[in-house]
Formats: sequence, C-alpha cells, structure tokens
Amino acid sequence: MASLTLDKVTKSFGAVEVIPGVDLDIKDGEFVVFVGPSGCGKSTLLRLIAGLEDVSDGDIRIEGDSVVSIPAADRGVAMVFQSYALYPHMTVRENLSFGLENIRMAKPEITRRVTEAATLLQIEQLLERRPKQLSGGQRQRVAIGRAITRDPKIFLFDEPLSNLDAELRVMMRVEITKLHERLGNTMIYVTHDQIEAMTMADKIVVLRKGVIEQVGAPLDLYNHPRNLFVAGFIGSPRMNFVEGRIEALGEHTITFAADGLPPLVLDGAVEGAATGAPVTLGVRPEDFLVSHAAEKGWPATVSIAEQYGASSYLHCTLPGDRPVLIHEPGQSKAGRGDVIHVAPPAGRWHLFDAEGLALGNPRLS
Amino acid sequence: MTEASMTKTDMSVSAFLMRRRGRGRFHWTDGLTYAYLLLGLVVMFVPVLWVVVSSFKTPANLAEFPPTILPFSAETAVVEGFDEPLPLFDVVGEDGETVRLAQIRRVGIQAQMIDPADPEAGRIVVPVENATPVRRVYLAFENYTNLLASSGNQIWRYVFNSLFITVVATVITLVMNSMAAFALSKYRFRGSNVALVSILATLMIPATVVLVPTYMIVAQLGLVGNLWGVILPTVATPTGVFLLRQYMLTIPDELIEAARMDHASEWRIFWRIILPLSSPALAVVAIFSILSRWNDFLLPLVVLNRRESYTLQLALASFQTEYGIQYEILLAMTTLTALPLACAFIFLQRYITTGIASTGIK
Amino acid sequence: MSAGTQFAAAAGAVVALPARLVEPVMYGLQRLLGIRRMPWVFLLPNLVAVILFALLPVFINVFYSVSGSDRLFPWDRPLVGGANYATLFDCDNFLDPSTCSRDLFWRALGNSLVFVPVQVTAMILIALLTAICLNRDIRARGFFRGIFFFPVMLSPVVVALTWQWILQRNGALNGLISSAGLTPVNWLVFPNTAFFWSVFVTVWAHMGFYTIILLAGLQAIPRDVYEAARMDSATPWRVFTRITLPLLKPVLLVVFILAVIRSVQTFDELYVLTGGGPGSATMLMVQYIFEVGFASQPRNFGLAAAASLLLGVALLIFTGIQMRISRSGRDD
Repeated sequence: MASLTLDKVTKSFGAVEVIPGVDLDIKDGEFVVFVGPSGCGKSTLLRLIAGLEDVSDGDIRIEGDSVVSIPAADRGVAMVFQSYALYPHMTVRENLSFGLENIRMAKPEITRRVTEAATLLQIEQLLERRPKQLSGGQRQRVAIGRAITRDPKIFLFDEPLSNLDAELRVMMRVEITKLHERLGNTMIYVTHDQIEAMTMADKIVVLRKGVIEQVGAPLDLYNHPRNLFVAGFIGSPRMNFVEGRIEALGEHTITFAADGLPPLVLDGAVEGAATGAPVTLGVRPEDFLVSHAAEKGWPATVSIAEQYGASSYLHCTLPGDRPVLIHEPGQSKAGRGDVIHVAPPAGRWHLFDAEGLALGNPRLS
Repeated sequence: MTEASMTKTDMSVSAFLMRRRGRGRFHWTDGLTYAYLLLGLVVMFVPVLWVVVSSFKTPANLAEFPPTILPFSAETAVVEGFDEPLPLFDVVGEDGETVRLAQIRRVGIQAQMIDPADPEAGRIVVPVENATPVRRVYLAFENYTNLLASSGNQIWRYVFNSLFITVVATVITLVMNSMAAFALSKYRFRGSNVALVSILATLMIPATVVLVPTYMIVAQLGLVGNLWGVILPTVATPTGVFLLRQYMLTIPDELIEAARMDHASEWRIFWRIILPLSSPALAVVAIFSILSRWNDFLLPLVVLNRRESYTLQLALASFQTEYGIQYEILLAMTTLTALPLACAFIFLQRYITTGIASTGIK
Repeated sequence: MSAGTQFAAAAGAVVALPARLVEPVMYGLQRLLGIRRMPWVFLLPNLVAVILFALLPVFINVFYSVSGSDRLFPWDRPLVGGANYATLFDCDNFLDPSTCSRDLFWRALGNSLVFVPVQVTAMILIALLTAICLNRDIRARGFFRGIFFFPVMLSPVVVALTWQWILQRNGALNGLISSAGLTPVNWLVFPNTAFFWSVFVTVWAHMGFYTIILLAGLQAIPRDVYEAARMDSATPWRVFTRITLPLLKPVLLVVFILAVIRSVQTFDELYVLTGGGPGSATMLMVQYIFEVGFASQPRNFGLAAAASLLLGVALLIFTGIQMRISRSGRDD
C-alpha cells in the first residue's frame, strides 16, 4: 500500500508533447480513476506510472521514493491490461505463477499465493484451463488475479472492462469496487467511460490533451464542474449549453439573455458575474422544469419524445435552432410538434465565462 | 443429374464421383475439370510410382523392352546335370500342345530346351517365338539389401551426413532467425530498418551468383569437405526472418509488457512467451529448412569434395555415373532418398501449403 | 493439439539443455548492456551470418571478376581489370557463338534466353489452369492439391533420375510408344527433344509451388464479387478476364518474378538429367558458371565471377523493371 506523487511529469514522443506537465497526489488506499476522451493521455500517464514508458521530465514518487529510473518490474506496481494480456499458451495457474517463478520465489509460497488469489476471485476451478477456454469475464478475473499474486503496492487498470458486454461490465464494476474495499490497496483505473468513473472512484481525475482539467470526488465534479469541458464530460446525457450574456444582475437573481430567446431569470447568485458579460448557461437535462401550459421559461418544440417508461427524454429545439435535451420524470405527455416551456429551478444551473471557466457556484439566499 | 433426383439407393459410383459439394446441376465445365485433374494425377504421380515399382524389379526384368508393368521374376527349375536353376518356358509344340520346358541356352532365334520332368529325353530345339517365359510377380527386395551391401555400408554414412546437415542447420536456422525476427518485430530501436533491409536484400542475391566467394569463405574457414561448410552458409535464411517477423508482429505488445512487469528477462520473454506463441510460423520455417537442406545439391557439390562427407543427394548423383548400368541399385537408392520427404509430406501437407501460400501472398 | 504445438514441444525438448546455459549469459548481457541494446544481441548471430555469407560474397565476387589466375584467395590474385569481361565478349560475330573465344558462354546464354521465357510461360499457364481447377467446387480437393504439389518436395536429383528412367531408350515412354505401334525415340539424345524434356521436367517439378500460391490468391477473392457478377449475368469467360485476372494480378506478379528468378537459376535437375547435353543443347548459365569455376581444370574463378555478376545484374534489372511496371499499373 502506498501513496503516489506525480511531480511535473511530462512525456513527449519525438516532437509531439503528449503530456505537457502533470502534478497529482494520490493518497494511500485511494481508488483513483483517470477519465477523459480517447487520446487525452490517460493511458500514457498510466504507462508512465507503470514504468512501461520513460518520463521525458519530472518525477514519479511511490511512498516518497522516486521510481523514474526503476524498471517496471521493480516498482511494486501491477497492471491489468485492456486486452488482459494473458499468456495464451499457459494455463491459468501458470499465468498466475509466471511472475513469481521469475523472481525465484519458493514453490510452496507460489502455490499459496496462487490459491489465495484464485479463491478471492472464485476461479479455483479454472486453474488448469487455458485462456482460450475462458469467457471474457473469467479472463478478466484471471488478469486481476495475476496482479493480486504479485502483492503490489499499487494496482493499475487500463480500461479493463472495455472488452466486456454491457451486463458483465456492470457486474465487474461492482466486483472491482468490492475488491478494493477488501484489499485496501491504492488503485489507479483508466477509462473513457464516465459512468465507470462516477460509480467506482474515490477520486476522479479528468484529463484532456494531457492536462488535468479537474480532480475531485465524483459528485463534486458533477455538481461543481470547474469548466465547460468537465461539465460536458461528466454526466450522461450531457449538459445542455446555451450561449448568451448577462442582461441584468439582481440581488438574488441573474437575468440571462440570448438572441431570439425570452430573457430567463435564474434564481441564485454567483461571484464574478458582470452585466453584459458573454456567458454560457449550462443546464443538465434532468434539471429542467417542464410546464406544458405556463408561459414561464423558454418555449421548446418537441421533435422526438423518447419514452423509457420510468422517465422520458424530450429532444427539443429552442428558438434560433438550438437543440436541447430535456429529461422528464415519468411518462411524458408531450408529442412531436408540441411546444413546452422549460426553465431551471433555483440553483440548478451553471454559468461559464468566455474562457469556459465556471463562474463560481450559484448561491441561494 | 441433380442431387435432388438421386436417392440413396441408386447412387452409383459415377454419381458419387460427379457429385459436387454444393447444390446445382452438373455443368460441362465440371467434366473438363475432372478430366484435367485426372490427367494431372497420371502425369504427376505415375512417374514416381513407376520408379518405386521399378526399384523392385530384378535386373533381367528391368532390361526387358517394352517394360512390364509389374515386377516379374522368371520361374526356374533345378534340372539334374545343371548347376544353375534354369528358367521355365511354356512352349507351344508343332501339334499345338503346350509343354513346360526349361531353357538351357538361347542361340539366335532358336533355344535349347530340356524337359525338367524328364531330363533323360535330351535337348529339344525350339523357335523362340513359340516360347513364353513362365513368370510370377516378385518384389526384388534384394535390390535394397544389395545397395546396402555393395556400398560397403557407406550408404549409412551418406544418410548420417544428410541427416546431420538437415537437423543441425534447421535448429540453428530456427533459433537464429527467430532471435532476429524477435528483435526486428518487438523493439523500436535505431538501425532496425537498416538491419531488416540488409537481411531482406539478400533475398535478391541468388546463391549461385555468389557461389565462388562463398566457397572461398568456406575454404578460408577451413571447412571444405566438412559438413559445417554446408551448414553455416545457409543458416541465415532471409525468408525465415521475414516469415517469423510477420508472425511475431501479430503477437500483442501487451503480452511482452505484462511479462516485463512479471520480472521476465528479455531472453525469458523470447524463450517462454514469443517462441511458444510463434510455433505455427516456426513449423513452416522448419519445414522449408528441412526441405531445402535435405534436397540441397549445388553447395554440397562444391564444398563436400570427399566421398565420406557426401550427402545422399551427392551420392545418388554420383551413383548415376558410377553405377550407370546398375539401374536396380540406382532406382532403389532414388526411392530411399525420396522416402523420408514423402512420409513428411503426408503428415505436414497442410502446413507446407499454407506456409507457401503465406510467403507468396504475404 | 495441433501438429505445430507438438512440433514446438519436441523442438523445445531438444534445445532445452543448451537454453538453460544460454539464459544466464543473456541475462548477464542484459544487466551489462541494458534493455535498449538487447535487440542488437538478438540480431547479432543472424546479422553476422548474413554479412559473412551473403553481403561479403557480393563484394568479393566483384573483385574476383576483375582479377585473374586460378588461385582461390583474393590476396593471391593479380588484378587484370576488365580482362575477364573482355574474354567473355571476345567475339568476331555476336550472332554466331562459334566465332567467340568462349563460345560456351554464348551458347549457355542463348539457351537461357530461350529456356526462361518458354519455361516461365508454360509454368504460369499450367499452374494457373491447375489452380483454377482446384479452386472449383470439386470433390477430394485436398487430395488433388497434394498430387500436384508433391513433386516440389522431391529433390532435384530424384526428379532428374525419375524422368531419366522414364525417358531412356528402353524406358516406359518408349514402351508405351512402341506398344502403340510407333517408333521409339531416343529422347535425351536429340537437341530438340532434350530441350523440350528439360522444360517439361522443370515445370513438372516446380509448378505445384506456384499452383499453391495462385490457389491462395484465388481463394482470397471474395465470393460476393462473383455472386455480384452472376447477378450482372456475366459469362464465365468475362468473369475470368474481367474479375479473376485483374484481382489476381498482384499474386500473378509475385509468381512471375519468383518463377523467372528460379528459372534463370535452374541447375540441379538438368545437370543430372542431361548434364547440359547433348553437346551444349541444354546447358544454362548457372551450369556454365559451375563448369568454368569448379568442374574444369584449371579453375577459372575470375571468369565464373564475371559471368555470375552479369547474371546477377540482369536479374536485378529485370526485377526493377517488373516493380516499375507493377507500380505504374497500380496508379491507373
């Protein structure tokens, strides 16, 4: 078990700078998820920590000791690969013990560790099989088991669930979380799936183009995104954005205006708001209040109404051809062509300035 | 004739042969195809079969013209008053009756015969065209035993030399080629392209073109007349490196990274992970290597100048001149030389054909 | 368990012990040199062999061709400039080999110039026809494929002796002919028939190799292309010329280049089958090089090297032209 510190870590492949400089502290026993769109450098960052790539500059410290010049095998980390990387010609048992044999561990100890890991992951009856004879979920368990037998300080997971079908993914998500609770090791988990990040992480690190956009607990990121990117990336379906300006500032209200839209009075106040400033208003689909008759809020024309049974998603268009997605609990009565009126309730909205940074959080009086 | 019209009971042999895998009517082009394939069967296979059959014929049988299809040997009988057994003939007498007589000697178109049942009756002179030899099918295995005996067991020497060259060269080729292929497929390093190109460029150099300097280098290494002089020049086959590299490129890099994190040394990664996973490609390279070493002729012809270092192929070629007349021994040896590969072919046909197909198409 | 893994297991057992000894050495090298230099360690044995027995000989060959005497080692040989080439080209009339001081060279060259195009054309046509037949929906495809392929496995000496046995004066072919009431022919004694059988036997021995490659090429053509053509009511001949041939072109090119290179190098079969005879009727370039450099006394390495370099350059030019043609074809 160990803490991990990234200190101004940079990585370039030739002239291409993949990671321009990352600082990060991970505490002992934390489950940290690196999330971001593909190509954001999250996998590279993980491989730098693993020691599969060399850092171009900066320092990586495990338990306070620099590991940048230590080969991957000796860093005390174990990795679960995206493709599992099980040795296809070896049985499950041989897969689990190969690394231990390489360090000439005593036979009884190897057997003990393999049995222990197999029991923990409930793969005892698969030990004599080869990877080809296993299902996707079983391979996943073996890959995790291989990491466990090495008794690492830090577990690294590189998109481990991306090759599983949706149902299995939900199951393995729960299992990995349970495993973390049981083992208590530091775990770093890379994914592009923000749902995995939200459901599993103690701490989420949102990355874009090699830069950390925000670090925080899942709900912190959801409730208080630091910028447009995080706001758009965390949460599904994605937040609606409308560009406009601040027309008037009240004591506890802000009036937001956009071309072609009736001015909208937002309950709550933010710091740093100035009259006339160009801003982007963000409202999550589930935050809109829908009224079918009242004239309050923006008129939205329903183009498609998706009925999920327990809830409904209305794909609408605001004046000025702005698409907007609205979540309505229960079964919606709206149909194609209907005009509904929508507005966010007090405090359930986000304002971002011209640079895309959030204008603080709405404070209610 | 369609499949639907055939019932199981009236499915004749021809229907079975003509039936095609898929559904559909029998087209005239199918007839042409089978005709061509059967012609191919005769042209490709019968010559070799003929050699094998001939190798079981007695010298007398071999000398006959036109040749007999099956190996025959003349029936003989021991007749009182003659040391050697005499060949038997069925002779049609002037009265039209057939009698079985033993031939003592032949003079022109006349033959002197004697009745083996009644030697006291004296010699009978018979026109040759009235006599047909009495024969039975006989496999002359003595051709093979004579071959071993007449060469003074030298033949085992040749077999050993061929085997030694084939096995040792193949093992070295496999290890060296796969090591090089591993380096060229699984590492990114400066100079890898230069190394790859310079190895593949040797594909363009026909062995015959560099025959003289190759011989010189072998001579300089003191290996003329030595089996290693044939082994070493052939071990760095570019096709082997190429095939193995292409195959190893398909092995995921993550496996190597996982092994590295598992504390495996580079050699251990190569030996325990990459080599076992490359076994299909290794099998193809091994088959190629065995084939070309076993059948190699020009390089051994130039380098192996001493009789004791001859390979089977060299010995076979030299038999042709030395034993030019002794066809029965030459044929027996030809059969023996081709035999190991024929056996290998039966077991490995699929590997060989897919291997060739993959080298050609890439 | 497949034959491949069985083979690997057997090979593994044979080399297990030496491997035990190699591992610590390689591990030591890795500690000493670091992982980055390990690829060179893996490359080294193969690279040494390539340089020693493939690249170096090319350069030495150039030196041989410009030096004289019958001495083997380069440092014993005096430089003679272009004398060897001049000897080869020493002719009064280039159209008549008998006026040349090395008439055999020109006869061998002439023979090769006839042999290669004839043999390659015959080889590719027959291999293509066979591959097309084998690609059809036929019974016992594996059996027939094996039948056409197996001569590839036979050694050239065995091939030559087999056909010699059939073609000899009292051989099976003459037996067939005479039992059909015709006059037997002494096939390998007359220049024209000997040349014909030289082509025939080499095609017989090698066509299986090209058939397999072409068959794989045919099988790589997707079935739905043919089905689409059938929907377009194309005749079989049009399907062949407009779909099969164009799609097979890259494979045909590979086969063509391989066939030419190997045809030029033909030696073993004819050396045993005809010995280059009758006279020099079937002597090809490689046999000439062998005769001049190794079989005749004194051994004339310089002349052999000059001839082989000319051969190598010709092959190189040929391959270059082929590549150029194929590339320009692809641009269309």
